[in-house]
Amino acid sequence: MAVPILKQGDVLIASIQSALTDVDLVALRDALVERVASHRTRGVIVDVTSLDVVDSFASRTLRDLAHMIRLRGARTVIVGIQPDVAFAMVQLGLTLEDIPTALDLEEGLAFLSAGRHAR
Amino acid sequence: MRGDENNFRISAAITCAEDVVVARQRGRTLARAMGFSASDATLVAAAISELARNIVKYAGRGELLIGKDDDGMLFVVARDQGPGIADLESAMQPGYSTSGGLGMGLPGVKRIADSFEIVSNSRGTTVTMRKRKR
Repeated sequence: MAVPILKQGDVLIASIQSALTDVDLVALRDALVERVASHRTRGVIVDVTSLDVVDSFASRTLRDLAHMIRLRGARTVIVGIQPDVAFAMVQLGLTLEDIPTALDLEEGLAFLSAGRHAR
Repeated sequence: MRGDENNFRISAAITCAEDVVVARQRGRTLARAMGFSASDATLVAAAISELARNIVKYAGRGELLIGKDDDGMLFVVARDQGPGIADLESAMQPGYSTSGGLGMGLPGVKRIADSFEIVSNSRGTTVTMRKRKR
């Protein structure tokens, strides 16, 4: 299932609507890395509120996505990690390392615009 | 896919990425039906996702059995007839991967399981994990 990617100003917002397969996750990563350039994007928000599970593959793909986008000159924020998903990630020993996270879309947008002023 | 979550038994053929998602969702439903908390059911779903992915990635096809054993524990058996795991000891070390992955799959499952067993040889691999309701 393709994840819709919306553009708001110079931010791309990928709002995951349902459980994603590994194939879907990789497609999302590739689409975002591609679109960062074509849309003159400064920031990317990945909303994972509807993601049922973040396992080792999902956490790695999210990390790769953020690192690739950083190399493309933009910043990524992961928003909407649910309490049960956070619990499971910690129990499994999974982390997103240095990728910024925020509670929800609104916080994510605030984070990105705060970073822009600081630049 | 056969089985009925209300009978606490699921049997699922795993051959593709979609099967992984369906299996983990059904496993979560079963865990909830057994009385697992939402957090622990998510943990079970993540473990199923890891085991099912390994089947697709390394063996191409296999099967999952998920159910409730006689002691009331939830069990997951992941079985394939793939090439087997050459270096089992390394495969269980966090950070070890032969596929460019994170190497957190099997170690993570072992970490959250109350019992964990893996048998692997040239005829295939069977992983069995059990988790107690808390």
